Amino acid sequence: MLEVHDLHASVGEIKILRGINFTVKKGETHAIMGPNGSGKSTFANVLAGRPEYTVTKGEVLLDGKNLLSMEPDVRAREGVFLAMQYPVELPGVRYNQFLKAALDAIREHKGEDQIDIRAFNQLLKEKGDLVEINPDLMRRNVNEGFSGGEKKRSEILQMALLEPHLALLDETDSGLDIDALKTVADGVNRLQDPEKSVILVTHYQRLLNYISPDFVHVLIDGKIAKSGDHKLALELENKGYDWLRETIPPVSETSGESAS
Amino acid sequence: MTNPNNPNVISRQSKIDDQEYKWGFTIDVDSDVAPKGLNEDIVRLISEKKSEPPWMLEWRLRAFRLWEKMRDEEPEWANVEYPSIDYQDIIYYASPLTKDNDRPKSLDEVDPEMLQAFEKLGIPLNEREALAGVAVDAVMDSSSVTTTFKEKLEELGIIFCSFSEAIQNHPELIKKYLGTVVPYSDNFFATLNSAVFSDGSFAYIPPGVRCPMELMTYFRINEADSGQFERTLIIADKGSYVSYLEGCTAPIRKKSQLHAAVVELVALDDAEIKYSTLQNWYPGDKDGQGGVYNFVTKRGKAQGINSKISWTQVETGSAITWKYPSVILQGDNSSGEFYSVALVNNHQQADTGTKMTHIGKNTRSTIIAKGISAGKAENTYRGLVKIMPSAEGAKNFTQCDSLLIGDQCGAHTVPYIEVKNPTAQIEHEATTSKVSDDQLFYCMQRGVSAEESNYMIINGFCRDIFKELPFEFAVEAGNLLRVSLEGTVG
Repeated sequence: MLEVHDLHASVGEIKILRGINFTVKKGETHAIMGPNGSGKSTFANVLAGRPEYTVTKGEVLLDGKNLLSMEPDVRAREGVFLAMQYPVELPGVRYNQFLKAALDAIREHKGEDQIDIRAFNQLLKEKGDLVEINPDLMRRNVNEGFSGGEKKRSEILQMALLEPHLALLDETDSGLDIDALKTVADGVNRLQDPEKSVILVTHYQRLLNYISPDFVHVLIDGKIAKSGDHKLALELENKGYDWLRETIPPVSETSGESAS
Repeated sequence: MTNPNNPNVISRQSKIDDQEYKWGFTIDVDSDVAPKGLNEDIVRLISEKKSEPPWMLEWRLRAFRLWEKMRDEEPEWANVEYPSIDYQDIIYYASPLTKDNDRPKSLDEVDPEMLQAFEKLGIPLNEREALAGVAVDAVMDSSSVTTTFKEKLEELGIIFCSFSEAIQNHPELIKKYLGTVVPYSDNFFATLNSAVFSDGSFAYIPPGVRCPMELMTYFRINEADSGQFERTLIIADKGSYVSYLEGCTAPIRKKSQLHAAVVELVALDDAEIKYSTLQNWYPGDKDGQGGVYNFVTKRGKAQGINSKISWTQVETGSAITWKYPSVILQGDNSSGEFYSVALVNNHQQADTGTKMTHIGKNTRSTIIAKGISAGKAENTYRGLVKIMPSAEGAKNFTQCDSLLIGDQCGAHTVPYIEVKNPTAQIEHEATTSKVSDDQLFYCMQRGVSAEESNYMIINGFCRDIFKELPFEFAVEAGNLLRVSLEGTVG
């Protein structure tokens, strides 16, 4: 469903992705790991179309369509969801109204009617229970005054509600205590479906104790240094990342510390 | 709008060419129009056209003579720029003609063209179809067209009629209150208005009556080259309550039009007046041609003990807005509120804010002003909180938030605070922000279009103000905001 060919991307003058080749089939879960600054978050954000990243080379196909030519909202309606590392606050924008607008935009794209408000509230409650989120949040402004854990649960709730074909989770595990981590992992596991694919971006192996990926890829200096199955994650936990650095040629340009 | 050099960047180039002012049509009715220019004869003509009693003409003439002396005193302190106004090139009286050259006595006598026009503006004047729970006084150019639900209100002793009618039918109230809040000598534009004011609304709520419906005046400029100088007076007698709404539009005209209104509110003991405005005068085109100059004096006097006056305004129109709805907090324990959203786009300029003058003991005022600037527009909040020596225990809270869209617009905050009583408590908060790329991306990543995301974020910014509006007005305010923002994100 997702094919990435020789993808290069920069922030301003700084090159971050340097030729990524990568394929995800329907129903697969891929984990992308790597040290800080390796470009793993950039990769997820480039797929979602975050404007500060510039694609300088390469091609990305989603179900055969040219993903890079689509605006971020079109990508979302085509089924790409990014659970963000730092969800931004939207003052004055009610959480439930925001999510209804999002769901309706996606439904409209599929040629469906807007969801009835009562059906929506019921659906929101179900999905909220799934990630054990405080129901009071639904009446608050988007992400405003949410704790770190609540923001992450909220991202998973949104993913469950919008039912993407391709879910990108950008360090959703960072900053979570073990209970929250289990809940988040549980939420992700419930979404797994033969039609849907997941890409997990993570720095630590611990999330992979709860979500078992089909493939693990290690990103170093903007390239995939090694791919394997879930055992690779355990190997990384024991050996760190340095042993992989020697396997790719050294790079002379800045490696882009700003892009974790 | 993909940037051709970089498919991953959302272009923020504005496409304001597409912007339309959908209220910009002209209404084709015959009008009785005075010759251009201003002199004593014109003042007399206006008074005569309205069959006013001599005391009213006298008042107008006093104002006119004073205004002539003030000719060099047109205010220049506001942060707005415009070519000097030629006061001899304006029509001071224009009134839609009716069958017998009189104000229509019933809807049947109103020109169907005009009824249709108001309907098109969303203000049906036929009571069967009228907005539920809203009594409307429709004013076009210099005259009130009709007032709905008048009889129903009369049963409760509420007077709601055009200002001209009030002069005829309730002279004692007009004499008692006219100019007591905004004297004819108040300022250049108020003095001009006092000389040539045409029509407007009058409302009186008797003691202890809670007005069961919203009272609304809909102002419409139609005639080319005409100015609109309406005057509104609302009196809430002891223990009464009224919610009053004001809406305004004007056709698209290449030349700028002057609107200089005066609004006076009086709240007696335990009375409350809630005054809401949706101001959507024609803002001019994208190059700053045309548009209404909105130079308005609005002031309320919370005269009685425990009285309350609340101004809520959503200002999206006009080429220039110069307006400071204020409250004189005279009664002990009286309170004043000012909630404002001022949105400027393209070449619009707004200098707006409020004055809260605390005189009585334990008086309280709240100011929440939200300014939104887009295009090449300039937005200024100007406010004065004044605590007089007598205002023991006065409290004020002020919050001014500015939101910038794009990098060619400006936001300015000019708060003045004068405290002459040491027991006063004053709080002032101010913020300036932008719709961030992160916020836009977050919304768009959930499937919401760029335009809708922008609207959603800005609507959120205005939430604290919109929630103060009556429900139907709040919906309309949201729609106005949406239209005014069109083209601010690509």
